[in-house]
Amino acid sequence: MSIWVDNTTRLLVQGITGREGRFHTSQCVAYGTSVVAGVTPGKGGQDADGIPVFNSVRQAVAATAANCSMIFVPPPFAGDAILEAIEAEVPLIVAITEGIPVADMMKVKNYLNGSRSRLIGPNCPGIITPGQCKIGIMPGPIHRIGPVGVVSRSGTLTYEVVHQLTMQNIGQTTCVGIGGDPVNGTNFIDCLQAFNQDPATKAIVMVGEIGGSAEEQAAEFIQQQVKKPVVGFIAGLTAPPGRRMGHAGAIISGSSGTAQAKIEAMEKAGITVVKNLGELGETCARSFQGAI
Amino acid sequence: MKIHEYQAKELFSKYGIPIPQGRPAFSVEEARAAATELGTLPVVIKAQIHAGGRGKGGGVKLAHSADEVAAVAGAILGMTLVTHQTGPEGKLVRRLLVEQGLDIAKELYLSMLPDRGTASVVIMASEAGGMDIEQVAATTPEKIVKVQVNPLLGLQGFHCRQLAYGLNLAPELVKKFIPMIGNLYKLFSAYDCSLLEINPLVITKGGDILALDAKVNFDDNALYRHKDILGYRDLDEEDPAEVEASKYNLNYIKMDGNIGNMVNGAGLAMATMDIIKLAGAEPANFLDVGGGASAEMVENGFRIILGDPSVKGVLINIFGGILRCDVLAQGVVEAAKKVDVKVRIVIRMEGTNVDKGREILQASGLNLIVAADLKDAAGKIAKIARA
Repeated sequence: MSIWVDNTTRLLVQGITGREGRFHTSQCVAYGTSVVAGVTPGKGGQDADGIPVFNSVRQAVAATAANCSMIFVPPPFAGDAILEAIEAEVPLIVAITEGIPVADMMKVKNYLNGSRSRLIGPNCPGIITPGQCKIGIMPGPIHRIGPVGVVSRSGTLTYEVVHQLTMQNIGQTTCVGIGGDPVNGTNFIDCLQAFNQDPATKAIVMVGEIGGSAEEQAAEFIQQQVKKPVVGFIAGLTAPPGRRMGHAGAIISGSSGTAQAKIEAMEKAGITVVKNLGELGETCARSFQGAI
Repeated sequence: MKIHEYQAKELFSKYGIPIPQGRPAFSVEEARAAATELGTLPVVIKAQIHAGGRGKGGGVKLAHSADEVAAVAGAILGMTLVTHQTGPEGKLVRRLLVEQGLDIAKELYLSMLPDRGTASVVIMASEAGGMDIEQVAATTPEKIVKVQVNPLLGLQGFHCRQLAYGLNLAPELVKKFIPMIGNLYKLFSAYDCSLLEINPLVITKGGDILALDAKVNFDDNALYRHKDILGYRDLDEEDPAEVEASKYNLNYIKMDGNIGNMVNGAGLAMATMDIIKLAGAEPANFLDVGGGASAEMVENGFRIILGDPSVKGVLINIFGGILRCDVLAQGVVEAAKKVDVKVRIVIRMEGTNVDKGREILQASGLNLIVAADLKDAAGKIAKIARA
């Protein structure tokens, strides 16, 4: 079992003919993901490494029954690409693109409400169910099939976390990167809820960072509803206020969004919070004993 | 991107938002000429820096005569202004705004910003103008009126009325306030603002409502569609090393510590800074070379870190995904050969092509300390910090 993606996922790639899109599509195919279509407006009828390319998402879905879209469209056009996928009722949309204007994402987020789509990202590494399906840019080989669900706002930090789990022989059900932008689709709580309901997921690792209050809300949700053990990590204890730390959403505004406040909220909710990233793997091995 | 108050007021003026008469000035002569042109006394002389709290820091002063204008302008220009937002080192004042003085009856607060939680534009207003709004929110939250605008719907009449009545404005002021909110929202949306703040928004004794201050920030991700405001960028307000880094698409933030670090990915970079601190040292910077960094970017990043004289050790932490460890190793070796490295360097690599990367480092003959994992790296960097 897993959440949202597995070996029945039929992927289409928006922006498949671009440099990034083409490269990462080939990596997903190599991992075993079933990539059934690509979309690049104006290039319909061509193929990209043997994958048929369509002019629109609607055409691609009609012709191939794709049920998930991965988006590599450049930032000025990415908001539009997500809207097109929502309009075409693609059930799962994974937007990798970094640098989409906030105003565009605010429109996307409001258009998502009441739609049939779930959006993961943008500005994220994607989602992977080890052994079944990789949708995104994460290195496949660091993952391992197993009982732990991982949710994170970050990219390489997630790889680090997954790597440490795998080194401890702790595999993963599904790893979701929800992205580092201030306005995104799927949030921590959506992932926690799905992991909580997934019988194969026995424990959860949650990786947050400074900015916003999503971690505090997630902590409250965990306290009320999640019975599985959760280990957490928050990046940015040393981040200066008022500065955007790489991710558009990673900023301490005034006194809100600090790592300290998030860690306190998580600890209060009974989550084991790791302070030193180097000890995350060991801590999980200890905390998840008996559960996994 | 941040801009100066006088630049924000230029935009206000274009959008029909009432502001006091004023002129920017870059020298004492220009300040004197500006005051003459305004033709009213007293005038207010305001330091233009990218930080708030200028008045308390002595950067905003009244002048009642032409001579006083020259004296005050001379005193403020070139001063290092320290406010709660500049840090203890302060900021050098290079630009002024000379503005007509007003008879103020009441000070209000107004701001617009994108709210990440609700994906809406939040407009906040308060009768407690001229104060730190966070403090108002903490102590007297009932004094803040807040509306949320769904960007698919846009600003509606009821939003404006809620704000106007929430501020207890007199009927004749409501008539002036509502169109002003409309124009501010137009400006906010047209330019992808990440913050628009007027503190204070003033009501004059003559019954006018004007933006006495103006703070406008823009979403960096949207600047590509606003080429007309790129000229507003003031490089003097930014750290020179950060400006240099941005030329190479490197995400660099200067900090006060002595352990430099270079990492791929923002989250991992922050976590690496935290590890340095936990090991008993202080990070000298944040540097994210990005997921797809080239050997050249790594080299430039390295040069920028080593350009900071307080750096006595560097921790390089790379999780190879898109950025392969052999590419990183090549970049580090090339940079170390070009730059005269006097500090100890700890490298921790993991992921794609890690063995090839370690081989390149070992074969380079450079004095690099290779760490097995993050814990090991932290221990090694702590030793350097203590030395």
